[in-house]
Amino acid sequence: MSLILVLEQILNGLQFGVMLFLMAAGLTLVFGVMGLINLAHGALYMVGAFAAAIVASWTGSFVLALAASLMAAATAGALMEILVIRKLYDRDHLDQVLATFALILVFSEGTRWVFGSFPLFLDVPPYLSGPVTLPGGIEYPLYRLAIIAIGLVIALGLFWLISRTRIGVQIRAGEADREMIAALGVDISRLYTLVFALGAALAGLAGALVGAIQSVQVGMGEPVLILAFVVIVIGGIGSIKGALVGALLVGLTDRLGSIFLPQIFALVMEPSSATTAGASVASMLIYILMALILLLRPSGLYGRSA
Amino acid sequence: MTDPNHSVSPVLEVRGVSKSFGALHASRDISLDLRAGEIHALIGPNGAGKSTLIKQITGELRPDRGSVLLNGEPIDHLSRMARAQRGLGRTFQISALAMDFTVLQNAVLGALVARGGVFRFFSNVMRDRDLVARASEALDRVGLADVAQMRTADISHGQRRQLEVAIALTQRPKLFLMDEPMAGLGAGGSQSMTVFLASLRQEAPILLVEHDMDAVFALADRISVLVYGQIIATGTQEEIRNSVEVQRAYLGEEDAL
Amino acid sequence: MIRREQMCNAAVILLLLAIPLWAHSADAPFVITLATKVTILALAGVGLNIALGIGGLVSLGHAVFFGIGGYATGILASHAQTYEPLLQAPFVIEGTNQMPIIWLVAVVFSALAALVIGALSLRTSGVYFIMITLAFGQMFYYFAISWSAYGGEDGLSIWVRNEFPGANTLVPLHFFLICFAILCAVLWFAARLARAPFGLALAAARQNQDRVEAVGITPYRLRLVAFVVSGAITGLAGALFADLNRFVSPSMLSWHTSGEIMIFVIIGGVGRLFGPVVGAAIFILLEHFLGGISEYWQIYLGGFLLVIVLYARGGVIGALAGREVAHD
Repeated sequence: MSLILVLEQILNGLQFGVMLFLMAAGLTLVFGVMGLINLAHGALYMVGAFAAAIVASWTGSFVLALAASLMAAATAGALMEILVIRKLYDRDHLDQVLATFALILVFSEGTRWVFGSFPLFLDVPPYLSGPVTLPGGIEYPLYRLAIIAIGLVIALGLFWLISRTRIGVQIRAGEADREMIAALGVDISRLYTLVFALGAALAGLAGALVGAIQSVQVGMGEPVLILAFVVIVIGGIGSIKGALVGALLVGLTDRLGSIFLPQIFALVMEPSSATTAGASVASMLIYILMALILLLRPSGLYGRSA
Repeated sequence: MTDPNHSVSPVLEVRGVSKSFGALHASRDISLDLRAGEIHALIGPNGAGKSTLIKQITGELRPDRGSVLLNGEPIDHLSRMARAQRGLGRTFQISALAMDFTVLQNAVLGALVARGGVFRFFSNVMRDRDLVARASEALDRVGLADVAQMRTADISHGQRRQLEVAIALTQRPKLFLMDEPMAGLGAGGSQSMTVFLASLRQEAPILLVEHDMDAVFALADRISVLVYGQIIATGTQEEIRNSVEVQRAYLGEEDAL
Repeated sequence: MIRREQMCNAAVILLLLAIPLWAHSADAPFVITLATKVTILALAGVGLNIALGIGGLVSLGHAVFFGIGGYATGILASHAQTYEPLLQAPFVIEGTNQMPIIWLVAVVFSALAALVIGALSLRTSGVYFIMITLAFGQMFYYFAISWSAYGGEDGLSIWVRNEFPGANTLVPLHFFLICFAILCAVLWFAARLARAPFGLALAAARQNQDRVEAVGITPYRLRLVAFVVSGAITGLAGALFADLNRFVSPSMLSWHTSGEIMIFVIIGGVGRLFGPVVGAAIFILLEHFLGGISEYWQIYLGGFLLVIVLYARGGVIGALAGREVAHD
C-alpha cells in the first residue's frame, strides 16, 4: 500500500471528523447546558441540506446556499425549541427521547411529502471543484480541503465563543448550575433558545457541506446523528474539546479502518473472505472504539466523572 | 464475641482518615470510635466535613489515607453494598426512598436484602410472611403502622424521616449511621424520635450527626466536634461543654453551646 | 376487589383472542395476520417494558434483540431449506425448521447480546445509556448490512413458514394461536416478575439508586439481569416476526424499530402489564387505517406521540384505569 493512499485516507478521516464535530458540537452544548437529549438534531442537518439545495438551484450561488442552510436550520431550531423542546427541560430523558423521536417523524415525513423521495442535488461550485496537488504529490479534492478548513475555523470560533465572550460565560455558568445562572440575572429561556439555534445552525451547515458530496435526501441526518452520539460518548458530555477530539478520532478510525482492516485480515485469510470480513469488522470499528473508551473512562475522555 | 458489650474492639473505628478535594481538605487525620451500647454524636458547623466523613464510612467515598474498621476488621476494600450487608445501617440527610412504593414496600425492601433472596423471580414478595412481619414490626416501632399502605410520596416529611429509620431497622444492623434524623421533624416529632433513639442504643450503637443540640444533649453519651475537617475534641457532654477549643471554635458561630 | 386495570386487561386479551377466531370463521385471513402482528409486537414490547417500565432503563437499542431473533429464524431456516449445514468443523450443525429449536436459539443469542451490550452500557446512566444502546444497535445494523452471506442489505427470505409439532403453521389461525399462547405465558411471567423480590428491588433501583445501595444491593446486577431477560423476550418476538413475514432484513435492526417498540409501549402505558398489548394494537391500527389514507401517515403518528408525551402521560391504560399503579 502506498503512502499516498494512507495520507489520502487521513485527509478523508479529517474531513469526516470535522463534519461530525459540527453535528456533535451543538448536541453536546444542548446536553451540557440544558441537560436535554435531542434525537431530532439530525432533522436540522437535513433542513440545512435541503435549504442549501433549493437556494443553490434558484440562485446558483454556493455561498448564498450555505447562508441559507445556516438561516433555515437556525430558524427551524429556534422554532423547535420554542414550540416543543422548552416543555421538555424538566422532563425525564424518556420523555425527551419520545418527543424528539416524534419530531423526527414529523420532519422526515413532512419533507418527504413536500419534496418527494427522490434526492436533490447540490453541486460543488466551480471554484472549489477539481483536485489540488499537495506537497508530496498527493492529488486531493479541493472541496474536501475546504470542508476541513471551514470545520477547523468554526471549531476555533466556538472555543473563542465559549472561553472569551459574555455568552460563553453564561453557557459555562449554565453547565455548572441552572439556578446560578438565573441568579446572575440572565434570561434563561432566551439563552436556551440561542444555544439551541446555534447548535442547529452548525448542524444545518454540516448538512449543506456534506450535501454537495453526497445526495440531499430524507433521513440523511440519522446515521450522522448516531455517529455524533458516539463522538459525544467518547469525548464526554458537554465538552467542546471532547467533541472535537472524539470527532477526529471517529473520523480517522473509520476511514483508516476501512482501508487497513481488509489488508490485515488478508494476512490470515484467503483474499475474498478477508475483504468481506474486513469490511464487516471495519463497519463496527468505531463502536468497538467507543466500547473500549467506555471500559477505560466511563464518562468519556474529557467528561466530568460522575 | 457473642455479647457485643464485652467485645474488646469498638464496633466502628475510624483511624486517621484524610480526604482532599483539590485544595480543600475535607477530612484531616480523623480518628473516632463507636462503642457498643452508646450514642456518639458528631457535631460541627455546616461545611465542617460531617457528610464527607459519613460517606467515607459507608463506602461512597474512598479516603486518601487512613482506615475504617468494623468490629476490629478493616472494611476499606469493601463496596458500599458489601458494607451495608456487613451491618452498616444508615439514614440519609435528605430522604432517599422509593416514592412510588407504599411505606410497607420500602420497609420490605430493606428486610429483603438483609434476609437474602433478591434474585427470585416468581414468588410474591408482598405475600412473604417473614418479610412483611419484619417490615411491619419496624414500621410499628417507629410509629408508622397506620400509614403502612400509603404511597410514600403522600406521607409527611417527618414520616419519611421515620421511614428512613424503619428501613435501617429492618436490616438489623450492627450499628446505625444517622445523618440528621431530626431535620424537619418539628418539636413533637423530634421529641418522640429522641425517645425512640434513646431506646435503640441497646440494640446497636448509633453514630449520630445532628444539628438539633437539644437532641444531642438528650441522647449523646459522647460527642465529637468536627471543625474544618478536623476533630477538635471528643468527650462526654461535660468535657465538651468545658472544652476551651470548642468554645473558641464555636464562639460567635453558634450560641447553643 | 377487582381493579379497573385488571378488568381492562381481561377485556383486551379476550378481544385479541376473539377477533382472529371470528376472522377465521368469516374467512378473513388478513385480519388474522394483523392480530398476529399485534401479538408479536406486544411480546417485543412486554420485553422492553421489563427494562424500561420496571427498571427505568431507556434502551434505544432493543431492535438488536428483535433482529437477532429474526436472523436466528432466517439463518436456521435457510440452511434447512438448502440442506447445507451451518457449520461443518469441528462438528456439524444443521439448519432446522422446527420452531421450538429456533426459539431456543433466538432466546439464547439475544440474551447473550443483551449480556454484552448491557454489561458495557449499564456502566453509565442517563443520556449516556441512551446514546450507547443506540450506538450498539447501529453497530449490529451495519454488521447485518455488510454480512453478505445472509443477504446483506437485501435480507433473507424464508420460503415456507417453519413448523411447530402438532400444528399446521400455514393456517393463519394456528400460527396466531401459537403466538398468542406465547404472549400469554410471557405476560404471566412478567406479572410474576413485577411482584417478585427481584421486581421490587429493580423498581426501587429505578426510583432511588441511593436507597438500594444503602440497603446493600448492587443496582448494576439487578439492571443487567433485567436487561438480559428483557432482551431475550424481545428476541423471541423477533423470531416469531420473521416467521410471520417469512422475511428478515437489516431493517428489523434499525433504530427506527427500537423507537417504534418504545413508542407503542409508551402509547399503551409504560410500566403497565398490558400497556404494550394495547399500544401495539393502537400502533397497528394507526398504521393500517392512517396508512390507508395517506402515504405519509407517520406525520400523524409523530403528532399523536407528541401530544401523548407532552400532555397525556400515563398512556392509554393510564387514562382508562386511573393513575394509581396497582400493588398488593
